[in-house]
Amino acid sequence: MKPRPCLLNFALLVMLFVLSGPSAFTQPPRSTEDLFISDNPVGRTGGNLVVSLRSEPKTLNPVTSTDVSSREVIAQLTSDMIHINRSSQRTEPAIAKAWKVSANGLQYRLELRHGLRFSDGSAFDADDVVFSFKVYLDEHVHSPQRDTLIVAGKPIVVRKLDQYTISVELSQPYAAAERLFDSVAILPRRLLEPAYNDGKLDQAWGLGTPPQLIAGLGPFRLKSYVPGQSLTLERNPYYWKVDKAGNRLPYLNELTYVFVANADAEAIRFQAGDTDIINRLNADDYSVLEKDEHAGSFHLQDIGSSLEFNFLFFNLNSSLPSQLVRKQIWFRDARFRQAVSLAIDRNAMVRVVYRGRGTPLWTPVTPANNLWVDTSIPHPARSVEDAKKILISAGFVWNAEGVLLDKSNSPVEFTIITSASNAQRVKMATMIQSDLKDLGIQVQVVSLDFHSVLDRIFQTHDYEAAVLGLGAGDVDPSAEMNVWMSSGNDHVWDLGEPHPSTPWEAEIDRLMEEQLSATKRRKRKALYDRVQEILAEQAPIICLASPDILVGAKNEIENFKPAALDPHTLWNSPELFLSSGGSL
Amino acid sequence: MKLNRTIMVLLLAAGALHIFALCAGFLAPYDFAQQNRDLLYVPPSRLHFNDPQGRWHLRPAICGLAELPNSPGTYAEDRSRCLPVRFLVRGSEYKFLGIFHCSRHLFGVDPPARMFLLGSDGYGRDVLSRLLYGGQLSLFCGSLATILSLSIGVLLGVSAGYYGGWFDAVVMRCAELFLALPWIYLLLAIRAFLPLHISAGRMFFLLFAVIGFVGWARPARLIRGVALSGKERGYLLAARGFGGSDLYLMKRHLLPQASSILVTQAGLLAPQYILAEVTLSFLGLGVGEPVPSWGNMLATLLQYDVLVSYWWMWAPGLLLIPVFLVYHALGNALQESADCRVYSQ
Repeated sequence: MKPRPCLLNFALLVMLFVLSGPSAFTQPPRSTEDLFISDNPVGRTGGNLVVSLRSEPKTLNPVTSTDVSSREVIAQLTSDMIHINRSSQRTEPAIAKAWKVSANGLQYRLELRHGLRFSDGSAFDADDVVFSFKVYLDEHVHSPQRDTLIVAGKPIVVRKLDQYTISVELSQPYAAAERLFDSVAILPRRLLEPAYNDGKLDQAWGLGTPPQLIAGLGPFRLKSYVPGQSLTLERNPYYWKVDKAGNRLPYLNELTYVFVANADAEAIRFQAGDTDIINRLNADDYSVLEKDEHAGSFHLQDIGSSLEFNFLFFNLNSSLPSQLVRKQIWFRDARFRQAVSLAIDRNAMVRVVYRGRGTPLWTPVTPANNLWVDTSIPHPARSVEDAKKILISAGFVWNAEGVLLDKSNSPVEFTIITSASNAQRVKMATMIQSDLKDLGIQVQVVSLDFHSVLDRIFQTHDYEAAVLGLGAGDVDPSAEMNVWMSSGNDHVWDLGEPHPSTPWEAEIDRLMEEQLSATKRRKRKALYDRVQEILAEQAPIICLASPDILVGAKNEIENFKPAALDPHTLWNSPELFLSSGGSL
Repeated sequence: MKLNRTIMVLLLAAGALHIFALCAGFLAPYDFAQQNRDLLYVPPSRLHFNDPQGRWHLRPAICGLAELPNSPGTYAEDRSRCLPVRFLVRGSEYKFLGIFHCSRHLFGVDPPARMFLLGSDGYGRDVLSRLLYGGQLSLFCGSLATILSLSIGVLLGVSAGYYGGWFDAVVMRCAELFLALPWIYLLLAIRAFLPLHISAGRMFFLLFAVIGFVGWARPARLIRGVALSGKERGYLLAARGFGGSDLYLMKRHLLPQASSILVTQAGLLAPQYILAEVTLSFLGLGVGEPVPSWGNMLATLLQYDVLVSYWWMWAPGLLLIPVFLVYHALGNALQESADCRVYSQ
């Protein structure tokens, strides 16, 4: 009896499906695989999760991506060798299951997991690691990761010792060396080497690239992309983590990112139930959603202080438009900056700007960074009287109308610029304006487009004072070298200094360099504490407040453990699961 | 007779609006920038005519507010701490009519109590006080821009219509250019060239000058049409024959004919220009914080939480509705009145 045509077609289809390459079904763990066993509660497989992104990713290429949205998606597609656990803030094994440091601290020997496969099913070994670092360190590729892989002015050297062992050599001992590897995605050499050899790596893995040509070691792989709407990832069937019961992670079938216009739109979509997790809420939207929390199917969490610090700073650049030079005489006087700092009511700022969901700051290291914050830094309460005494000692006087005058009898007034799109910072600047009125200082607040603010601060230096915020990506002081070193790219108050322009900046430079090469954590902490003390004394930046991290998730999502480090909610995406096991 | 009464009522209403704005310092209980950082987004205060014992009083009282301990941002009245509303009280200093230093306010309560008849904003500032001060900028900017726009329109429209020829062609082509200009972008471009900070006074003059200057084209075209037809009329030719000068002919014979167009245009342009100022301030191109205008007050509604949670923050938008209605009704009534006069002549 001949087989019926439709059955024959079905058999052919099944054969084609099997032979066509990677399977969408999770592969059972093999004995040859060196897998990471998660210690989280065992979950249920299945379901889709929808989260929002505030802008569309520009690329899926880990080598060239710079925008936050791209990096957020790429973090789900790729893995690094040593990972910073977002909850404990300490390093933990990832693709490298173990490592040893030489006695002189110059060489790291990393042992890679055996038998791993990329999300397209191809095998992974040390050649992929060596290729990845070759690409990141290539000057012609212009990868943003290159700067982080340069220690004491020299790039790290990565060598293959055998199929699953590599060595990493540093030019000088580096205290935070293990943390260098976090978020440095390991690339599949087989897929990207041809583009690299042709000098077209920057064009690889764009949003239009077919999903089967993109592979990584992350928990998910690309499924589809709808321009302007959404990007969907599906489970990586070869992911290298399993739960305690031996089930391969992740639990979720799919992870969909929908693109929204702004923070308010993000909150509205979450409130309407269109998205399942909200990664970062502002305090205003939190207060709106809070009203629906008990009636709704979601819960909100205030997980405490973030690493973001907002601050006021004055323009201390030497290359200035002439009209600003006169005002710089005040700005350069530490006593003026201290008086301004004393006159600002930080507690009221937290109350007004963050509805109490924030922390007043006197140092750039927020309480979220409990490993490095110097708790001995004084927290003086607002005192207009004390501020006036400091100003008198600096030679300032007041006229009959209460206007503060400098030594040349000119009224003290300046303009604060800030980003119009950030309502919180506009509020901070407006409150500073009101607080400094009590000192007789007239402050004007000008809110500009964010790019104009950055342009004035980093390029033209055409501003008097600004309110800005910085959010550290890591808790380690090494992540802030570019802010505190006088030659740093983010040394906002005085950019591009060839030499430190003040003795205290020279001391900060010395302390930061010293802590970078010190190997004992206690010594590093003491050095970094001194940096914080100098910053508090000299007030080159006047720290204001830090917002709490406010997140939300549907009640059905289990293993939801938001953390202070970014990404706050999806850092443990492989372990997230739905209590129903089905789609939300 | 009935029409005249309508015009009088509408004129009184429009005049009252402007007087309220002019006397903002006296009518507003607080300074527009005074922050009360413990009283954020407080809903409008209730006036109590009954004391806790239920006795009725002619003088209303305001009760103190206390934030509920477990729900920040929610306030409850404390009926045991009620203070009577007082009239002609001393308060923050202001300049009456922009000239005299004064500290008397029409009404208020004794500190530390606070009276927010239209609630407070995100800094704890009194919305009513800001609304009154904001009216100074929004209403007068619209009115002065209308006067400027009509003055330029009359001057150029009558001249172009009367003289004709190349002068008419040049003025009309310019008018078309101004009508075609995307003026919001023009203003954005102008703002980009100006210094970062401009004082509130200068910004006020800048706003009304720019809005008024950009809007001259439409009235100029209408008035030019009237002048064009009027200059061929027999009485005008006769007056010219008797030696009337150009200026005399335009003033005596052409302008009166254009008066109905002028009043109608004034009624239409004033609310349009008020809206233009509100739009510019809403977009952040007007005066900066803490000086209020109805536009920058409305800009807070861009925040989702303000939009959905604090209805009193809509006050400037709601106030714009009667303002526009009064102006439009006044424009229509004046036009009808002018038409009646023409027919009766």
